[in-house]
Amino acid sequence: MATEQQLENFRREVAAWLQANKPADPGFLLPQSFMEVGSEQQLDFLRDWQYKLWSAGYLGMAWPSEYGGQGAEPVFQSIADKEMSKASVPIAFNVIGLGWAGPLINDVGTEEEKSQYLKGILTGEDIWCQGFSEPDHGSDLGSAQCRAERDGDEYVINGSKIWTTMGNYAKYMILLARTNPNAERKYDGLSFFLSPMKVPGIDPQPIRKLTGEYGFTQTYFNDARIPASCLMGEEGKGWQLAMQTLQYERGAEAGAAGGLSMVRIAFEDMIESLQGRQRDGSEVLHDPVVRDELMQLLIEDKAISIGEKRTLIGALNNDFRMSLPLSTKLRWTEHARRMRQAAVRLQGSDGGLYVQDPEAVQRGFWQRAYMQSFSATIGGGTSQVQANIIAEHVLGLPK
Amino acid sequence: MDFGKTQINFSEEQAMLLDAAQGMCADLSPIDKVRSLLEDDKGYDDNAWQQMVDMGWTGLALPESVGGSDFGLGALVPLFESMGKSLLTTPLMSAVLAGECLRRTGDSATHVFLEQIAAGAKATLAFVEADDWGAQHVNTCIEGGRLKGYKRHVTDAADAAILVIPAMREGVKVLTVVRGDQLDTACRTKHDVLDATRRAQSITLDIAEADIVVINGEVDRALQETQLIGALLVAAESTGAAVSCLNTVVDYLKTRKQFGKLIGSYQALKHPSVDVLCAIDSSKSLIYQAASEVQAGALSRDARIACHMAKSKASETLVFAGDRAVQFHGGMGFTYECDAQLYLRRGLWAQQAFGDPMHHRKRLAALIFDAE
Repeated sequence: MATEQQLENFRREVAAWLQANKPADPGFLLPQSFMEVGSEQQLDFLRDWQYKLWSAGYLGMAWPSEYGGQGAEPVFQSIADKEMSKASVPIAFNVIGLGWAGPLINDVGTEEEKSQYLKGILTGEDIWCQGFSEPDHGSDLGSAQCRAERDGDEYVINGSKIWTTMGNYAKYMILLARTNPNAERKYDGLSFFLSPMKVPGIDPQPIRKLTGEYGFTQTYFNDARIPASCLMGEEGKGWQLAMQTLQYERGAEAGAAGGLSMVRIAFEDMIESLQGRQRDGSEVLHDPVVRDELMQLLIEDKAISIGEKRTLIGALNNDFRMSLPLSTKLRWTEHARRMRQAAVRLQGSDGGLYVQDPEAVQRGFWQRAYMQSFSATIGGGTSQVQANIIAEHVLGLPK
Repeated sequence: MDFGKTQINFSEEQAMLLDAAQGMCADLSPIDKVRSLLEDDKGYDDNAWQQMVDMGWTGLALPESVGGSDFGLGALVPLFESMGKSLLTTPLMSAVLAGECLRRTGDSATHVFLEQIAAGAKATLAFVEADDWGAQHVNTCIEGGRLKGYKRHVTDAADAAILVIPAMREGVKVLTVVRGDQLDTACRTKHDVLDATRRAQSITLDIAEADIVVINGEVDRALQETQLIGALLVAAESTGAAVSCLNTVVDYLKTRKQFGKLIGSYQALKHPSVDVLCAIDSSKSLIYQAASEVQAGALSRDARIACHMAKSKASETLVFAGDRAVQFHGGMGFTYECDAQLYLRRGLWAQQAFGDPMHHRKRLAALIFDAE
């Protein structure tokens, strides 16, 4: 176990390194999250940054040293991540690899899989994407229809996946596909693949988002042949691996290699963006009407934060059990959406400008951030579905 | 920029107190008992008051030197949340605030009154003279040897033994302590309070200075801080009431059928019910965070931030819950017989008490933006 002193020394070391190595503003838009990488320029920049982080020893610290990690205690990575957040450095973009596929391979992969894939995830050389959701099956993963048929020592893949983050740049995909359409339970017909992307018949088509940016693809499979060795685990056992992957996706530090996956946007960032701006000839932050709205947002912000502490105190959770944990996603994402919407509205005439305009406030940061916020109020179950779940599971209302 | 704290300190003792208080309030104040007191002149049950005194609630936050248990102001939050949940009213809040205001002046002449309050003497504090919770000015004054003035919204005044009344004397704000028996019926007018579980009077004062006690010290600060503490206690009470209000709605949504379906299955009713739930969660988090910050000494910036937030949110929450409760009960909700009105009226009373949500957000903004 590292001593407090060692941890503190390490924290200082990381902070100093980040200070010295934080990249200068590249002069073009950087993604606010790993779901917005839409140009070669951004990709090259982020890949360089990730490589630099890894070379300095601040990524994959808890992964085994034979696969590019350091075999250190996870607490070191947590400290490094916190410092990255504090220093507002760019994201470590290869998130599907670092956070989901990597931990899975680390935990249940074979020796071959580990040596083949893990290091490339850390260095950023091998970009990973995820093929779970399908156009007709958003949240209902168990019904996935994309087909994988065994043919000799290959699988033939047909179908399509959607919301594939960086699908057009990825070298590998964690792919959930149906190997047995006749299985008694739909879950038992699914298998899990570590599939190459650059093979004939796999066609990732970029999806342009409401922000005007790219970042996702719809990925079409048309008689794409991948080696049978890409099957992870056993045929028909893919559902369990998919569920395990979702655990990594949801649990912050469960085996993830670390690094920031998105730019943190807090209430104080909005206040900072409004500082010095004018309304009716004086400072917008002195306007009583504006202040009232900002205080409503701040109260909501604080209340949700306090709720995360209150959830640990049993006696203060007796009225509506499970209410806090089940509403966290709904509360934070809806709050973020409203806050960012207000941040745009309070920019005066500049609120109408966007990222290419030299006069746009912070290069249109808030305009992008607001439109981007729908990825969280829709993705992972829409707010309306969340409200149904809470109504039924916490309040006990009928379906 | 510092927005205040997010920690909650909630001790085992407070958890036990909450548990005991909830049980006691539920026993003392079933809904038919609440209704039976609505048109009762006195408006509360002597037995309930006596039990609170016996439990030591009147001295819970007062120091041991005056016979209190020095449990901290934060301990009052679970009590008032529990009372709100059962719509149980007694003169407890009035007495606690009268004591709190006296104590905060730092004047040793308050000692004797604090002892009486800790021991269960009914007391109240006359906060406002008109409709403005933000008014600093006091018209009531001691002049020519007499205390003269007018106070409105004096809660639980009818049988208060001790009335704490702010007044001006020679240009300085003081607290005067008037005994209940010094005010005859002619100078008292009973208010028709919107929340029919509560009682209040307006009082016209004309008493010889020689017959009253004058308290000096940090009167302005004591009044301002007591108003914030009152805001927190009303927030706690409102949060408890909102919990029961939502439970009342949910029970109805689970039993009432229309168009062949339980109405609770309609998303148009489900989603706003979840909005009420989330508002209650916010209120609850904020009142318990504030409970962790308020202290016997001068209120810190964090404590002030927390009280302003708690009152703003909890007031809105109960009005929202009560408003939707009436609407979701349909025609039934329009009747006096439906309990929804009890919560709505409580909410409408509580939102103004000690300052409405905008009053608190205005002061919160000043703390956030101007004080640094």
